[in-house]
Amino acid sequence: MACFLVPTGEALVTTVIQKIAKKKEEKAGGERTGNTSTKWSQRLGWLNKLLWGGVIMLCLEHIWHGEVVPWPPFLTAMDTPGDVKPMVHEIVTFGIPMAISVTVVWAIMVVFVELRAKATKDVPEVKAQTVDGGV
Amino acid sequence: MWFLLTALAALIASVLWYINAPEDKYKFSLLSFIYWGATIMWLVDHVKAYTLDRGEFFEVNNNATALGFSVVLFGLFVWLVVLMVSDPKGVWKKVLKR
Repeated sequence: MACFLVPTGEALVTTVIQKIAKKKEEKAGGERTGNTSTKWSQRLGWLNKLLWGGVIMLCLEHIWHGEVVPWPPFLTAMDTPGDVKPMVHEIVTFGIPMAISVTVVWAIMVVFVELRAKATKDVPEVKAQTVDGGV
Repeated sequence: MWFLLTALAALIASVLWYINAPEDKYKFSLLSFIYWGATIMWLVDHVKAYTLDRGEFFEVNNNATALGFSVVLFGLFVWLVVLMVSDPKGVWKKVLKR
């Protein structure tokens, strides 16, 4: 009915956080050299894209099923007072797990990338040597 | 069915991103994120609906298939709009200079 409203709310919040993080990084960028592992605005950008991508696709699905209309109150469930309670129930039971799942997948992605970045840094650089021998 | 078609689109977009990585001139990462975001959300939706109602997990009918193709096309459309606006090849500049 309106489960995508929870990820929409989260996407709005994370978009604002990303903008703030980007500004802070740009300020700090003048003082230190770019370190990709501290680029939180980039990491938050992934979460934003996942959330907004999911939201727009789910919005289309809800329009398809006639649950969302382009005129007020936009949600067809809002027209019937009896449908409001099931709609809120659906937002809680479907919307919150959706938002949590996307965030967990993103967190796993970030941890994986951070570990890979750390592993790449820890490997000492080996100079290439020419080896004699062979035919 | 729309869940399956979106998941398939997400896999294809990810492969395209990986082939072109680390460059991302054509923003395949954005396309992947759009489809993966929707895939995760619909997976949760399907699992929840299945556990609560015990209905069909995959809806396979003409309406669901049409919706699947529509959402995949819509994802492509959004990606294309972003690509055209950002214009990584500078095509608009070249065309407008003529």
